[in-house]
Amino acid sequence: MRNNDQQQTKENTDVTERTSSFQSMDRKNFLKWMGGAAVTTVFVAAGCDKHHSMTGSNAGGTAHLGSGDVGILNYAYALEQLEAAFYIKVMGNKFSVITSEETQIFTDLMNHEKAHRDFLKAALSSNAIMDLEFDFSSIDFSSRDSVLGTAQAFEDLGVSAYNGAGKLISNSDYLLIAGKIVSVEARHASAIRDLEMPQTTYFAGDDVINANGMDGALAPPKVLSTAGAYIKTEIDASQLPTG
Amino acid sequence: MSFFNLIDQLDQNTNNANRENAINRRTALKQTGQMGMKLAAASLPFALAGMISPVEASAASVSVTDVLNYALTLEYLESAYYQTALDTSGLIPSSDVQIFQQIGKHENEHIAFLKSALGSDAISMPTFDFTANGNYQPFSDYATFLTLSQAFEDTGVRAYKGQADNLMSSGSTLQAALQIHSVEARHASEVRRLRNKKGWVVGAGDDSPNVPSAVYAGEDNITQGGVDVSTVTSVSSSVIAEAFDEPLTMDQVNAITGLFIKN
Repeated sequence: MRNNDQQQTKENTDVTERTSSFQSMDRKNFLKWMGGAAVTTVFVAAGCDKHHSMTGSNAGGTAHLGSGDVGILNYAYALEQLEAAFYIKVMGNKFSVITSEETQIFTDLMNHEKAHRDFLKAALSSNAIMDLEFDFSSIDFSSRDSVLGTAQAFEDLGVSAYNGAGKLISNSDYLLIAGKIVSVEARHASAIRDLEMPQTTYFAGDDVINANGMDGALAPPKVLSTAGAYIKTEIDASQLPTG
Repeated sequence: MSFFNLIDQLDQNTNNANRENAINRRTALKQTGQMGMKLAAASLPFALAGMISPVEASAASVSVTDVLNYALTLEYLESAYYQTALDTSGLIPSSDVQIFQQIGKHENEHIAFLKSALGSDAISMPTFDFTANGNYQPFSDYATFLTLSQAFEDTGVRAYKGQADNLMSSGSTLQAALQIHSVEARHASEVRRLRNKKGWVVGAGDDSPNVPSAVYAGEDNITQGGVDVSTVTSVSSSVIAEAFDEPLTMDQVNAITGLFIKN
């Protein structure tokens, strides 16, 4: 809705452009190119001959998500970090027309994402990726439309991410955890959309729910390329299960 | 389609250990770039490693077919409920009509999808009594209609969530179930907000005593994956409880929905 489709197309184009130029760079220039800029997810080159640990790690300042269920949990942890950081910034820079109901909602959203983030960090223990760095400079926190639109995008993306990751999980206990979180993200998405367009179908609109009455489900690479617009830290998702 | 179902049935009929190995083999085979890399239990995070379920003696208890028919029953219930309400002149205020038309549309789409997936195995629609033997009058009182709508949606979320592990043998079916489950959560959030409540469940006492206590039983839980979440976050316990939705078992859900099913 609104500018999101245009924004999405632009972000996808940026990823394509960056990826093709990346392949022709040597490592030194690559690191220089990466440094300091808001970057999208870059996959570690297939030709790399290092033996990567399947566990999560932070070698070389990159967030290596790892493989298997650890990889998926770190993937979720990355997204929860993103959402928590965003809502913390929203609450620290409330737009001027914010109502008391909206303040309560954003407080809850912030706290829910913090709880998700902190839980996943504790559960992952030494396998957890580091605290990621974010770039929210494209968001106008003084604008209700910009804040709600971004919140909607993050929540819808989170729902699609968990829905797409479920079949990649091997352990049923982790699947249940993912299930417990995704429905809360969907509640968030619905509430934000209701704030944007009250008394309409937008809470579960035809823009996001398909003809089977189903929500989105996206594979990790697609999610990370979208989320990557806001993540400065390099993320290595190359070992994630692909289903 | 029937061949694929047969494979699913065979997977379901193995015990958990074999199923887990089967999933790992399937996963490993798909990771063509990672030959030689094992999915070792030793790599799991310490905190969660202790959670791995011991091998259960019984076979996986519920088949994919059973799960889909269970879901279909819930969708039939919701669809019939909303259709009756939309057909009841004067019940739903005009400002809210499109909301319930959208919700009802989704439930009908879920029915169509589930019936298509089940083929000749699909059960037919039961007969419902939305008064629960005279205890509720949802079609003559809008507030009551909203109360039960919320209960049905929140129960639907918990029902799907509780069956996810029974669908692990079929990735595409599991994904479809997750994609429906999150839509029910969107519905629940919206209906709750129409009632001037938070879109998220606030605990086991949510909406007490307007709905059976079974609907929100267990929603106070803050221990996730063996971790007491209050010990790892500054967020308060009651808000932690909001942040995680809890499953219900098939028996627990049937005890709730059974109140509204005549046969």
